[in-house]
Amino acid sequence: MAKKPAAKTKTPDAGNLAAIDDPDFALKSLQEEFEKNKTFDASEEQMLHFYEQMLLIRRFEERAGQLYGLGLIGGFCHLYIGQEAVAIGLQSALDNDRDSVITGYRDHGHMLAYGIDPNVIMSELTGRQAGISKGKGGSMHMFSTEHKFYGGHGIVGAQVPLGAGLAFAHKYNEDGGLTLAYFGDGAANQGQVYEAFNMAALWNLPICFVVEDNQYAMGTATKRSSAETRFYRRGTSFRIPGMEVDGMNVLEVRQAAEVAFKHIREGNGPVLMECNTYRYRGHSMSDPAKYRTREEVQDQKEHHDPIERIKKTLIEKGKSEDALKDIDKGIRTRVSEAADFAENSPEPEAAELYTDVLVEEY
Amino acid sequence: MATELKMPALSPTMEEGTLAKWLKSEGDKIEIGDIIAEIETDKATMEFEAVDEGTLAKILVDEGTEGVAVGAVIAMMADEGEDVGDVEAPSASAAESSDEKDDVEGEGKDVGQEPSEAEVTETAEKPTRSPASDPAIPEGTNMVSTSVREALRDAMAEEMRRDERVFVMGEEVAEYQGAYKVTQGLLDEFGAKRVVDTPITEYGFAGLGTGAAMGGLRPIVEFMTFNFAMQAIDHIINSAAKTNYMSGGQMRCPIVFRGPNGAAARVGAQHSQNYGPWYASVPGLIVIAPYDAADAKGLMKAAIRSEDPVVFLENELVYGRSFDVPELDDYVLPIGKARIVREGSDVTIVSYSIAVGLALEAAEELAGQGIDAEVIDLRTLRPLDKETVLESLKKTNRMVVAEEGWPTCSIASEIVAICMEDGFDHLDAPVTRVNNADVPLPYAANLEAMALIDTASIIKAAKKVCYIEE
Ligand SMILES: Cc1ncc(C[n+]2csc(CCOP(=O)(O)OP(=O)(O)O)c2C)c(N)n1
Ligand SMILES: [Mg+2]
Repeated sequence: MAKKPAAKTKTPDAGNLAAIDDPDFALKSLQEEFEKNKTFDASEEQMLHFYEQMLLIRRFEERAGQLYGLGLIGGFCHLYIGQEAVAIGLQSALDNDRDSVITGYRDHGHMLAYGIDPNVIMSELTGRQAGISKGKGGSMHMFSTEHKFYGGHGIVGAQVPLGAGLAFAHKYNEDGGLTLAYFGDGAANQGQVYEAFNMAALWNLPICFVVEDNQYAMGTATKRSSAETRFYRRGTSFRIPGMEVDGMNVLEVRQAAEVAFKHIREGNGPVLMECNTYRYRGHSMSDPAKYRTREEVQDQKEHHDPIERIKKTLIEKGKSEDALKDIDKGIRTRVSEAADFAENSPEPEAAELYTDVLVEEY
Repeated sequence: MATELKMPALSPTMEEGTLAKWLKSEGDKIEIGDIIAEIETDKATMEFEAVDEGTLAKILVDEGTEGVAVGAVIAMMADEGEDVGDVEAPSASAAESSDEKDDVEGEGKDVGQEPSEAEVTETAEKPTRSPASDPAIPEGTNMVSTSVREALRDAMAEEMRRDERVFVMGEEVAEYQGAYKVTQGLLDEFGAKRVVDTPITEYGFAGLGTGAAMGGLRPIVEFMTFNFAMQAIDHIINSAAKTNYMSGGQMRCPIVFRGPNGAAARVGAQHSQNYGPWYASVPGLIVIAPYDAADAKGLMKAAIRSEDPVVFLENELVYGRSFDVPELDDYVLPIGKARIVREGSDVTIVSYSIAVGLALEAAEELAGQGIDAEVIDLRTLRPLDKETVLESLKKTNRMVVAEEGWPTCSIASEIVAICMEDGFDHLDAPVTRVNNADVPLPYAANLEAMALIDTASIIKAAKKVCYIEE
């Protein structure tokens, strides 16, 4: 499975030059390809769908924030508001019959992107039996194996080698699938991420590593934690091509996905994509909010909001403001229903305490 | 109908806060997402966003007011088409006060949150289990002397032939044939796709293996020794052991983490540790630590077939020992079942892994002194076969636990607890632990010998619980 080490056949003076001249060493090729055209040529119908999906995430998360305030959701609750274009842009390009997705604890948006019933997601947040993990996982631990969505992981960076393992399984089974593994700018400094990069490149695994760079890891700005803040470059030493993408623009994210997934599906191994984005809300629910200015947040909301951006495009294309407002109304109704359902569903049966610890009986 | 705007909580532990600022005035039109007000506590600030549209009809709490209770109505909003003048303030505040709770900084978790008020009608009880017995070995079955090393390899090879999804990965498992030659010959038979040499990146490949199990494969992840699995323990426990539970039974993780465990010979403190008690404390894991070759084979095959994550603890010093293994097409043993390796009536010696050999030696010597010892090999450390332990205690009324590992919070401690809780009436003497010395394992030959469990200390303890003077 591993590529034959080229070094064995190298003469001493072929040395370093060989690496530079190596025609396979096309680290910039994907970015160059992407630069040629950064905007996905979406039909109006597709754009409308992106708008709807992003808005669903936004309204769902707003509601989750409210339920948290009311004490119906406990523990950690990491909202995805502001980052919607990343999950929608990327996941809309997947082949859901084959591909798999894995992420960290900020996972509600990725679940919604699959069109999974908001009721079961919200009920997981409120810890009810009807939740997708029977209320046993909570906000950070959501899974839908039916959709090949593998969670939902609370240890920063852990999902990266897990994702490489899912990709290993795709390759092993020759099922043609690829894995999309998301992680944060903070997670990007974990050692295991590079262990995974190395193995993924070494074994040519079908995986797209995506850094969701929302500029902060809790209260730490990337420049305070990272010597190299342009994360797409960090695959260089593993010969993984990088791409830098505006994560606040759903059409750009989608176009980047087209380029990256094609590369991966053609058997060229992993891609490292950096999506620059921003989270509007606190890291989790209580957040000191002292590490950035209100003006900074306001600027992002006013000038870079991914939903406003696609809305503007839709209006330019002739959609009426009222029609879009009706969509919003419909979504709000749907989210309210989910909230009511999640509030009124029963908690798990006491007997569930001892179920699912193991699969088999011994 | 007018909508009440209530003081929000920044966390479930927040009781009250300051209404720092109104960003909208009475009569202002409000759109969804507009920031209406700013709320503060001593730790955090929050912008209060509108989730409905309408007109701000009445402000009931002035800006700058401190100590506003969570849930108190702070303003009224008129819905579309409603006359602002018609909106009335509610008569009583909806907020209830409760005891002070500590709010802690950090990620915002709800330390101190009241438990749910929902009635729990039934109390949950951990289901009891009774493990299956070993399959009967048909009369006339040929017994073949096999080393533990070969038995383990044979088990893996048989399962790899049987199930395409099974693959082995680890450092030096393929071309080098295994650091301790346990994977010898596997590369030749199964090829590089299924016998994978990894970089030295335990955390990474334990995670990758776990992900592959989640993705439907059946990985066998070899740690060169379990000392290096400390690099990877996060994935074993947080990723592999807990996933099934956290996903409500959706997402399985059928993986085997295997390799030598416990003290080897003269390798010093960092390479000599028994991780049995560590992993055995984790719900969601299966922990197996066999002693002889037949058990190693039968349990390894069971481990690979299990739908659950298994930690399979081998022992370097035992790899080369040979034992009879039944020559059968498919010798699979039940997980979770201890084995009585020597029957006796005076005292029970409970043990596992390498210490079983010492326990058997001790039993031989004790027999010479007129003491008839029963020896139990636990084989599986989690789930632990309490039944077999307690049945033996009923018979002998005296018990010693022999374990190559530290005494504190050990498997021996667990056996003592089981006997106290469920076997108290059958005890004629305190259950006694025989373990290694409670120190990092020294390198010097003499000190190492002093630190490790030996036959003499087992004999001494057995006599002590029998109240026989030396
Ligand atoms: C191994 C580990 N260390 C620390 C934490 C605590 N923690 C949770 S989220 C987080 C910040 C991660 O930031 P980033 O990767 O940028 O993701 P974001 O939250 O911005 O999506 C930290 C430090 C953890 N969960 N796991
Ligand atoms: Mg971040």
